Amino acid sequence: MTGRLLLWRRKSVNIVMLTITAICTVMAAGVLVYILGYLFIHGATSLTWNFFTKLPTPVGETGGGMANAIVGSAKLLMIAAVVGIPIGFLAGVYLSEFGDGPFAFFVRYVTDLLNGVPSIVMGIFAYTIIVLPQKHFSTLAGGLALGVMMIPIAVRSSEEFLRAVPKSLREGAVALGASRAKAIFTVVIPAAKNGIITGVMLNIARVSGETAPLLFTSFSNRYWSEGLNQPTASLPVMIYTYAVAPYEDWHQQAWSAGFVLLTLVLGVNIIARTILARNQHVAR
Amino acid sequence: MPPPGVQPSAEQPAPKTGNAKISATDLNFHYGSFKALHGISMEIYANKVTAFIGPSGCGKSTFLRTLNRMNETVRGTRVDGRILLDGENIFELEVSGLRRRVGMVFQKSNPFPKSIFDNVAYGLRINGMAGSRSQLRDGVESSLRRAALWEEVKDKLNQSAYGLSGGQQQRLCIARALAVNPEVLLLDEPCSALDPIATAKIEDLIFQLKDSCTIVIVTHSMQQAARVADFTGFFLLGRMIEFDDTTVIFKNPAKKETEDYVTGRFG
Amino acid sequence: MGVTFLCAFSILAITAYVVWELWINSALPRHQFGWSFLVTQTWDPVVGNFGALPFVYGTLVTSALALIIAVPLGVGSAIFLAELAPPMLSDGLAFLIELLAAVPSVIYGLLGIFILVPALRIVEPYLKSALGWTPLFSGPFYGVSLFSAGVVLSVMIVPFIISISREVIRAVPNDQREAALALGATRWETVWDAVLPFASKGIAGSIFLALARSLGETMAVTMVIGNDPKIKASLLAPGYSIAAVIANEFTEATGELYTQSLIELGLVLFALTIVINGMARLMIAASERGKV
Repeated sequence: MTGRLLLWRRKSVNIVMLTITAICTVMAAGVLVYILGYLFIHGATSLTWNFFTKLPTPVGETGGGMANAIVGSAKLLMIAAVVGIPIGFLAGVYLSEFGDGPFAFFVRYVTDLLNGVPSIVMGIFAYTIIVLPQKHFSTLAGGLALGVMMIPIAVRSSEEFLRAVPKSLREGAVALGASRAKAIFTVVIPAAKNGIITGVMLNIARVSGETAPLLFTSFSNRYWSEGLNQPTASLPVMIYTYAVAPYEDWHQQAWSAGFVLLTLVLGVNIIARTILARNQHVAR
Repeated sequence: MPPPGVQPSAEQPAPKTGNAKISATDLNFHYGSFKALHGISMEIYANKVTAFIGPSGCGKSTFLRTLNRMNETVRGTRVDGRILLDGENIFELEVSGLRRRVGMVFQKSNPFPKSIFDNVAYGLRINGMAGSRSQLRDGVESSLRRAALWEEVKDKLNQSAYGLSGGQQQRLCIARALAVNPEVLLLDEPCSALDPIATAKIEDLIFQLKDSCTIVIVTHSMQQAARVADFTGFFLLGRMIEFDDTTVIFKNPAKKETEDYVTGRFG
Repeated sequence: MGVTFLCAFSILAITAYVVWELWINSALPRHQFGWSFLVTQTWDPVVGNFGALPFVYGTLVTSALALIIAVPLGVGSAIFLAELAPPMLSDGLAFLIELLAAVPSVIYGLLGIFILVPALRIVEPYLKSALGWTPLFSGPFYGVSLFSAGVVLSVMIVPFIISISREVIRAVPNDQREAALALGATRWETVWDAVLPFASKGIAGSIFLALARSLGETMAVTMVIGNDPKIKASLLAPGYSIAAVIANEFTEATGELYTQSLIELGLVLFALTIVINGMARLMIAASERGKV
């Protein structure tokens, strides 16, 4: 190919390919904007006061709400946090302090494995160890499934933020006579607290939207659920149930629930990430 | 404001024998709001070796990189002034073509994660300079010979370039740049990461190449400039203080700043 | 400090416990069907004959379709964001796209049912007329199908591919780009010849991670796949995935064999995702170790 023609072809290919990448980005970002926009508009307009205050009504009757689902989700998340955060956090502390041997490597590897377990399989696990022996669905089982899912994320994020604390802080405390444990708990962890707290927030936000593991652990409930041993309604499960049902009123409620859930999840995400981003600029 | 004692840059060095391959007129360069080059005017002569010396941060690398418009790849830069290559304004030329004619070798060798053969062949391939497989092989061989690397790698052309030593990788980068037959070769501190033996090999190379190529080299080593360069330009704080025959710069500099630098009083 | 060690150890214990429970609670079908479970096509709760093949097929097909759509889109966007976009735009869009990754699966399902499926019903005649001659796009279309599930999955995994690939591409040392540009390469040639080969392992890792995620996706898939445990050539036909059948039938399952077969399916899914995740981690680690 002659010089001029080749050069022309190369420049054309250049412009075409670069434009294609821009189009890809527009499409990807466009999808986001569209679906979020649709959901916010549709969901917000379907929202009623009843949604927050009423229990579900029998099929065919309008005016029902998801008050029990909201409370149910809150209970599930609290159990999950109690199960998942302490174990995950402390394991993260271990890895950040003693993280260089083969044992630590193995623990990290297995943590990643646990992280990769599909959420529905986690639901099966909680089913086999709690629902089967007890012979009924319960909030406890659902909370446990969610809690185990929180562990790997808590481990990774705690380790990451603890490691980011400069060695000099640790050494400073020890040089003043603090034991290793004291140094960690009184100096290192407080220094990393922003990151750790935002990590917890993101973790809870992620798990709050999980549906699959709840389907056969906490199951669902059209009434209030007392204590921890009864099945309970939860936002994500209600969204699923209502969306696939043939009733228009239920569809409206599914949109409202979706709106509430998404607002919470994205809201927490935005807040957490903004805190993290600001931290980067300050701490250096 | 130029620091006291520095002559205003409008003063041109006296024209020397030989044709000007590249000439710069009143070149200014900005990184954002920082003015890195002030009114550089000078000429680079064909088939000669020209060296730029000066303390760190004086602008010599920045100026080198304007000669093949590599500075355009950085955001927020601005250049004004004129640079002519064989009488043509380089800012009006098509940039890929310019860079084929004015090649560059970088401070730290940067071979692609490909085989030795494919590294050298890369420029030939994209510029459509080799029609057939055998033309490609010939082109690669002749470049490797010009870079004095052929004997060392002829039996392992298909191996990864990363298997070579630092000095060999740098010569590979020179071969890669030579493959497209550039008229000018810009070398940006090519030996700063190399040991003395590898450095000597590359300096020998420069001697051999200048017959077929015009060479511009930026170096932080005055001894290197004294060894290889026909002409030397001394840069300080973004200005070219003095430009002359190498022997004049080192033995009999006209400006006090030049004399202070080459006698080691600072830098 | 011993407490922290215990917690670290407990992770190993918990994971082992999960595998253990999956294993012993799928004992019945494992003994009854053995390895043929994986290749049997029938799923007949009435007769008590259970085979995993329709679900493995559905899982693999929907994930493959999702990748076919998401990889070019994702890598293309990552290239644009990492190489071409001005920094503020790049960071802003990347933030937005990371938010996409945080949207729960059930919400995608919601949007899938009410937006995507009707939209596909409109688009389908055109798709049919263009591609109807291939067995992939033959047969009647009711909205819920393998194709719909694949499309929803692709939207869900694109953010992962974009985020990770963008980071990997940004990490390619600048001297590689300069080497190519100095030889006269165009921007695109620089990206294609110098940047992408360097970033290839990390990008491949991101694709495997996205694959692992799509294999386990439950809710969005369940809501649009059609829930039909049959293997058909056409993408427009309804199908089923492992996660979807577990989600749908677990609470209805009567009898030990039925329930345990579903649990065995869970075990299969677990194994699949472990393998794929393992490969992904290997590739990302290899790319982080630096040069090829």
